[in-house]
Amino acid sequence: MARFPQIPPGHLVGEPTRPGIDVTVNGERFRHTGDPALPLLWYLRDVLRLTGCKYGCDDASCGTCSVLIDGKLARACESPMSQLAGSKITTVEGLADANGNLHPLQQAWIDEDAILCGYCQPGMLIAALDLLMRKPSPTDDDIDTIGNLCRCGSYPRVRRAVKRAAIVMTKDAHK
Amino acid sequence: MSRALDAERRRFLKVLGTASGALIVGVPLRALADTPDELLGQVVLQLSTYVRIEADGTIAIGARDPEIGQGIRTSEARIVAEEMDADWLRVRVLPLALGVTDDGNGEPNWTLGHQEARGSTGVPAAWNDLRDVGAAARALLVQAAAQRFGVAASSLRTNLSQVITADGRKLDYGDLAADASLLPAPQRVVLKDSSRFRLIGQDAGDVDARDIVTGAQRYAIDQWFAGTLVAVIARCPYPGGSLKKLDNTQTRAIKGVEQVLVLPRPNPALPLGTRPLAAGVAVLAADTWTALRARDALVIEWNTGKQIALGDDALAAPLDARFDSAPTTMVRNDGDVDHARRLAHRAVQARYEIATVAHAELEPPNCLARIEDDRARIVAPLQNPRGAFDVVRRLTGLLPSQIDVQLPRSGGGFGRRLDNDHVAEAVLLAKAARKPVKLIWTQADAFAHDCYRPFVVHDLTASLDRKNTITGWRQRIASTSRLVGRGEPADRLWLSEVHPDDLPAGLIPNLQREWFALDSALPRGNWRAGAHGVNAFAMQVFLDEIAHATKQDPLQLRLDLLGVPQQLPYRGHGGPVLDTGRLAGVLKLAADAIGWTKARRDGHGIGLAFHFTYGGYVAHALEVSVTVGKLTIHDAVVAADLGRIVNPLGARAALVGATLDGLSTALDLSITVKNGRIEQQGFHEYPLATMAQLPRDVQVILVPAQTTPAGAFEMGLPSAAPALANAIFAATTVRVRKLPILPELMRLL
Repeated sequence: MARFPQIPPGHLVGEPTRPGIDVTVNGERFRHTGDPALPLLWYLRDVLRLTGCKYGCDDASCGTCSVLIDGKLARACESPMSQLAGSKITTVEGLADANGNLHPLQQAWIDEDAILCGYCQPGMLIAALDLLMRKPSPTDDDIDTIGNLCRCGSYPRVRRAVKRAAIVMTKDAHK
Repeated sequence: MSRALDAERRRFLKVLGTASGALIVGVPLRALADTPDELLGQVVLQLSTYVRIEADGTIAIGARDPEIGQGIRTSEARIVAEEMDADWLRVRVLPLALGVTDDGNGEPNWTLGHQEARGSTGVPAAWNDLRDVGAAARALLVQAAAQRFGVAASSLRTNLSQVITADGRKLDYGDLAADASLLPAPQRVVLKDSSRFRLIGQDAGDVDARDIVTGAQRYAIDQWFAGTLVAVIARCPYPGGSLKKLDNTQTRAIKGVEQVLVLPRPNPALPLGTRPLAAGVAVLAADTWTALRARDALVIEWNTGKQIALGDDALAAPLDARFDSAPTTMVRNDGDVDHARRLAHRAVQARYEIATVAHAELEPPNCLARIEDDRARIVAPLQNPRGAFDVVRRLTGLLPSQIDVQLPRSGGGFGRRLDNDHVAEAVLLAKAARKPVKLIWTQADAFAHDCYRPFVVHDLTASLDRKNTITGWRQRIASTSRLVGRGEPADRLWLSEVHPDDLPAGLIPNLQREWFALDSALPRGNWRAGAHGVNAFAMQVFLDEIAHATKQDPLQLRLDLLGVPQQLPYRGHGGPVLDTGRLAGVLKLAADAIGWTKARRDGHGIGLAFHFTYGGYVAHALEVSVTVGKLTIHDAVVAADLGRIVNPLGARAALVGATLDGLSTALDLSITVKNGRIEQQGFHEYPLATMAQLPRDVQVILVPAQTTPAGAFEMGLPSAAPALANAIFAATTVRVRKLPILPELMRLL
């Protein structure tokens, strides 16, 4: 049986560190070493396989790829990796806590059955989270500012779900 | 109700025991047959049966129809679970793949019955045969319990996944599964009386909701095989055109590009039963971004096709002359409209134009395909899986049992996925590349190469007597038929455009419906609710025009027209009869709910409309105002009689959704053509309405009914647009006769 030289653990040499763009996605750290022009959308989907961030259009008009970048609402399709060094990114996969407990928005979506085909809902959830961070008790006019597109017509249920989540989150904040 | 199971029904009901003690009721397919018994308990993804009961009491119910947002997975599982008396909290719903085996002669044998998303047929089909599956499972469990308890099966009852004896002893379904799996399939099943329903008729949230809100739900576009190449295609922008010149030097130089494959001219033989595939140049790369950039780097010139795509204006221009010539088809001719016209006290005439529109589903067409010498696997958003299967079979020559068509949840459908051009392209590329291919259409591709809902013109003339009763109805309809190029002879092309028995046929003694064929290379296809989605607009706005011309109340005119409740023969989908009383019923409900007789605020107006679609009776009532050029929809009501409702929460979602889809499309959506090319490339040019533009809520009124379920997904669309146009007239006295409404309204104001 062939014997291999034993290397003491202290002498293990890794690959040299590759230069890249460091980002934190849903609390996990990643380094992007490919094309800096790669839009975050395709980094999330094709590289990290975080497919909750959906592809829906080519002109940043539909909102299915909505994410939070450093707490601000953004469209992943128009956010190149080159602009994201050091950024903290939240996708729909990062809404539930580490134990799998749903975010109040997710629970509200289920309670109001705001689903239909469901394809636009991850983006809707992120847009709603952004709204509630800025307006904890949103009016109907505030909710109307969510410009994400849904052809199935889930808007009234999305509206109710946002209101339901706002009540829960405001109460939680006062606990 | 007890019913004998004929051979057709019995074939759903093979009973299978497994080493893990699970009971499986349904049809074991090849995936299951290939799987060692001891694995069956774990191999959930390969499960191709309707019901599996685990020893721990978990019940897996297979849902066979493609889910496109209509809620069919939930409804099907509720129907099976109801008949089983299953505890819904312990039910898991698993999507099934297309069920197909070889029939022994190399032809497909469909094993799971209805598997498509078309015409709101999923729930009616499930009602027809999936109740048997649930009832058979229950019968087996009861029989197993009878043996265990040593009592007669007839003395036992079931509730919440338990079999209960007369003296209150209980056994859980999970404890009985292994015994039950040894019993033969029952020859007769007893269906529940509806008075005992616990699930059907009660609200159920979508079974995939948790996966959707956590991002875990995998649509086709979210899936890969190992070693998959991403493909995008630069397609010829001219329908029927071909490749003239290609320089792919720059493309090939891009790192990550693996292959450039050319589809030089449209292949008229592909895919089956639909328009030829566009000529194109495909770029296959390691990832989507590389493929997209590499496609941009192609230098291509195209030849136009023999025939040019025409826009709505070009089609409308010669219509005066066309309507004076002989129709392509006389679709219906009752009495004598010319005679009625000569005798008439007055006549009302109007012409309506309905724009070409696109599907604009948020998940654009895509298809993951793996083609090997002895097997093929397809993962794609589909509405017509058997059509996709046919495409794969024809392109690969594989046996039916070697073709695996998966049915992931689909990000919208709206009829676009009844065509399988995306499947044909992916299979061609996967074959040529000899690697798995994930074909992605960009949304811009989807706008440019859709199967559009065609432009339609209705020219209507009504004759009225001295009492203002409608005595004659002449309807001339011009359109580019959706059936051109789909193997239909010329004398049947009207079938997709006109429903001969649509109202007011049967209510007016002299009625003539003629269809005039228009011609354009623009590809056409199915679009939510088909011809109903446009024809209701002409009829319901025209009724309003008659009411206004004769100073009648628009509601009363409609109720007078519908008259004494009667059942009219209806030959199309949704027949065999149309009950005018049920239509009058929903119309009155909608009018009452919106407060038809109440005084309105200045500048506000109410519009009504009704339509019969695929067996469903629906009416809309809308309240709008128009101030300083801004249209606001204040209030919206939809009343529906859809027969028995399996899941009211889902039915309300479908009706509200269809109402908003109908309004969004009617407001400002149209596809235009310039120099033979589609102009729209994205949502900025095809503005689906946002939340701010649509009513904040839509009130739904569901008529309680015991009749067979009619489904729900499409019925809420057709009458939304005419109700909007009628409300605008009531508010402004401006009559909009064109869709989309907003550009026309702004022109007229």
